[in-house]
Amino acid sequence: MALTVENLTEWINSFAAKIAEQKDYLSELDTPIGDGDHGNNMARGVKAVQESLTSKKPAELTDAFKQIAMALISKVGGASGPLYGTAFLEMAKKSKDTSDLTELFAAAAAGIKKRGGAQVGDKTMVDVWDPLAEKIKAGNLAQADVDAAVNATKDLVAKKGRASYLGERSVGHLDPGAVSSGYLFAALIETEGIL
Amino acid sequence: MSLGITIVSHVPDIAAGLPKLLKQVAADVPITFAGGTDDGDIGTSMEKISQAFEDNAADEILAFYDLGSAKMNLEMAEEMSDKTIHLYDTALIESAYTAASLLQADVPLKDVEEQLKPLKVK
Repeated sequence: MALTVENLTEWINSFAAKIAEQKDYLSELDTPIGDGDHGNNMARGVKAVQESLTSKKPAELTDAFKQIAMALISKVGGASGPLYGTAFLEMAKKSKDTSDLTELFAAAAAGIKKRGGAQVGDKTMVDVWDPLAEKIKAGNLAQADVDAAVNATKDLVAKKGRASYLGERSVGHLDPGAVSSGYLFAALIETEGIL
Repeated sequence: MSLGITIVSHVPDIAAGLPKLLKQVAADVPITFAGGTDDGDIGTSMEKISQAFEDNAADEILAFYDLGSAKMNLEMAEEMSDKTIHLYDTALIESAYTAASLLQADVPLKDVEEQLKPLKVK
């Protein structure tokens, strides 16, 4: 099983479809603890990603990751733009040496933590990326792990981002960035030939 | 070596408005700004920030921002810029005003930074 430009594109297209489908739900999640635009922001971002990959078909994995990163950085708008963008930029850098998923995801998770300054337990997308990168390393990532990681953000107190202004009041709400990240991992699991 | 200021805000009007205040005390300090997303919506844009760094006549820039994600885009723009960027987690208006007044008076960077310290809020 290996990552190629073809199955990477398939994975990202599947992620984009999930985002488009759940756009309203993501914005709804973002309304009580954020600014209510996560769904729209992400939908705009993944659309730009798809346009980029279609208009200029990447020759190498590194090009593909870079195109994905730049589209997200320039089109998402909210905090998710630089965070998702950094994840894919780090994968672009790492992919020059290896196409090993464990290494790619470890680099992405580390990049997100560095960019946003969040740690595990801060109720952010890190709470999905970090444990699931470990699952990829262990070679047993499953949808149940994705669901568990996403759902675990519900009881956490937000320490980063706009939700952190609400402190304890953020408890009881899923983190929208964790939910959208969950779709990325779900799409990865569903795409044949990668894991 | 010259020092300039770049203002970054989620709101285009805030980014464009603050330099008007700064110019009152710093007519000769190079000041550029980046506000809103590429589409002019509320948010920040790495590309606009990179452009603001590039357009600034100074080769060393003090950057001030309003909220969280502006910092992330600022850091990405910083990584891609050839200029030396100093990023401050300080109260936007007060600290930019402080820096602008001091730079106009040719105060050295380390003394400017000393006065910015108590204004750190994030």
